[in-house]
Amino acid sequence: MFKKTILSALLAAGIAGAAYAEVGEQHIEDFDFSFEGPFGSFDQHQLQRGLQVYTEVCSACHGLQYVSFRTLGDEGGPELEAEQVKAYAAQFEVYDAVLDEDRAAKPADMFPMSGFDGAPDLSLMAKARAGFHGPYGLGINQVIKGMGGPEYIASILSGYTGHEKEEAGTTFYENTAFPGGWIAMAPPLEDDLVEFRDGHEADIHHMAQDVSAFLMWAAEPKMTARKEVGFLVFVFMVFLASLLYLTNKRLWAPHKYKD
Amino acid sequence: MSGIPHDKYEPKTGFEKWLHERLPIVSLAYDTLMIPTPKNLNWWWIWGIVLAFCLVLQIITGVILAMHYTPNVDLAFSSVEHIMRDVNGGWALRYVHMNGASLFFMAVYIHIFRGLYYGSYKAPREITWIIGMLIYLAMMATGFLGYVLPWGQMSFWGATVITGLFGAIPFVGEAIQTWLLGGPAVDNATLNRFFSLHYLLPFVIVGLVAVHIWAFHTTGNNNPTGVEVRRGSKEEIEKDTLPFWPYFVIKDLFALAVVLAIFVAVIWTMPNYFGHPDNYTIANPLVTPAHIVPEWYYLPFYAILRAFTADVAIVQMVSWVTGGIVDAKFFGVIAMFGSIFVMALVPWLDTSRTRSGTYRPMFKYFFWLLIIDFMVLMWAGAMPAEPPYSTISLIGSAYWFGYFLVILPVLGLVEKAKTPPATIEEDFDAHYKPDAAE
Repeated sequence: MFKKTILSALLAAGIAGAAYAEVGEQHIEDFDFSFEGPFGSFDQHQLQRGLQVYTEVCSACHGLQYVSFRTLGDEGGPELEAEQVKAYAAQFEVYDAVLDEDRAAKPADMFPMSGFDGAPDLSLMAKARAGFHGPYGLGINQVIKGMGGPEYIASILSGYTGHEKEEAGTTFYENTAFPGGWIAMAPPLEDDLVEFRDGHEADIHHMAQDVSAFLMWAAEPKMTARKEVGFLVFVFMVFLASLLYLTNKRLWAPHKYKD
Repeated sequence: MSGIPHDKYEPKTGFEKWLHERLPIVSLAYDTLMIPTPKNLNWWWIWGIVLAFCLVLQIITGVILAMHYTPNVDLAFSSVEHIMRDVNGGWALRYVHMNGASLFFMAVYIHIFRGLYYGSYKAPREITWIIGMLIYLAMMATGFLGYVLPWGQMSFWGATVITGLFGAIPFVGEAIQTWLLGGPAVDNATLNRFFSLHYLLPFVIVGLVAVHIWAFHTTGNNNPTGVEVRRGSKEEIEKDTLPFWPYFVIKDLFALAVVLAIFVAVIWTMPNYFGHPDNYTIANPLVTPAHIVPEWYYLPFYAILRAFTADVAIVQMVSWVTGGIVDAKFFGVIAMFGSIFVMALVPWLDTSRTRSGTYRPMFKYFFWLLIIDFMVLMWAGAMPAEPPYSTISLIGSAYWFGYFLVILPVLGLVEKAKTPPATIEEDFDAHYKPDAAE
């Protein structure tokens, strides 16, 4: 009976993944990120490289309005030193409602918003673009391969074919990962566009993965805490369940003629 | 409280006697906890406790979330991000609340289907069943209202589609829709009232749950054999039952711990699996998502809603008979609410005199087909409204209604049921007594 209960729970979970409807012909590559799996965590160096790509490339158009500068120094994130956070924030201008004028940003401020309408905010992009879920929309890719938003972002950034077309005055670029195949964003990356401070290779693929990892952190900064606490609570629940199992067995034994 | 007779609470100390004469609250708690419970209950009977736990969990996490949430169209989305990023433990509160809704619905579906299989809805437990259906409806409403609060794309468009259902009602629909929304479209007024009602309804559910428990404490629990507890003498009762405390409390707590271990594992590894990624994009009235998909727990009924399109014969017939008042859209709404209504009427639709499905050889097949039907409808509800999914939804809907309106009434008359054991004790001993003559 109990097996059946678990089985039906799993079935319900499987069917539930059906909530993700299929988006269309897209090729999403399955990258291996350090933060995948139940125990994966962010690679601090990768996040710092990703931050560099974001700062030098993406931030020209896009914003991160839900992310505050101070979190760049938080544990489990890029872990910049306090002075580095201060200096980093100071590069940006923010509007101060009290002074009613622009001033240099402080660590307590948020990253600026997107510079123009066509560029969506990137704070949650890694969680908002996970809607490609394998056959029958059952979420297989997510469950088995750990594929999600970061794979999508990295696939977009490295998925340009070089073809472009014009439609109603707008240029579209062919992209193998974008739903529909044509995206309005011009290819943002080219090899060696960024010179990484740690001397890491800076071809399109590496930059794409680094900035995707950074955006995953931006979308889920408490991921490390979630996995640590989650695992501990899980172990605790299994332990508690074992004790309750033994208690229950002993309690019922005389009534089940086992004494 | 009536119900199966058992030992009553006896106030012993001076204070207990003093209190008991003024307010018999200890006695009430004692009677509730010590209810004689059929000792042959199997593991399908644990979901009531899981549900009670879910209700409390959702209320506690929800009350704390409400301290940090702002119900305003300009601030709601960022206040949720504030909870996820800046509030101490906020990410845990929100993920527990969000996935808690899924656990709540998974548990309620198993609980409902357990009732359908073992005939728990049959006399004298009709009131328990009806109250249960009301709880389920209130849960659906609460879940829907709550899903709108983060003010993401699916929140906004889900609210637009679902309130649009009321707009399909002939003559008064548009007025009702405007009244529900507080304006011509989903906007700040809608968000404010949805927040208010999302906070209110759980307490209505608490009240309904109390009546639900009161009702089955009056009739006594059903059990896998569907055979009633013998009430001839104290000895007979004690042979068929064990008190709820400690036997079933400990058993249920063990099951709850296992369920929660799985629940925690989901939050630990994939907390957004049951959500829709589009809800991490702020609501935008100018951009419609490619597919508007409700939460997984509404999908079977969403499939029924969409199954009855204008090219279905029965829809055309009804439309013609009513002179076009009942169009395809309104028909779909009636079908969706009707699918839950027929389930609520099951105590009177099932004509079989055998209560438990265990002893009904033909019923079993139709029942498991209903489970498969439910799963298929859930899947079809998430797919685009186009062939072959629309046809699959239609067949699934037909079986759903057929099961309650045709199969159950007819089956009770034609089926030859097996004989259940004479007593609960006999059933229990057949499983556990070492020298049981089997």
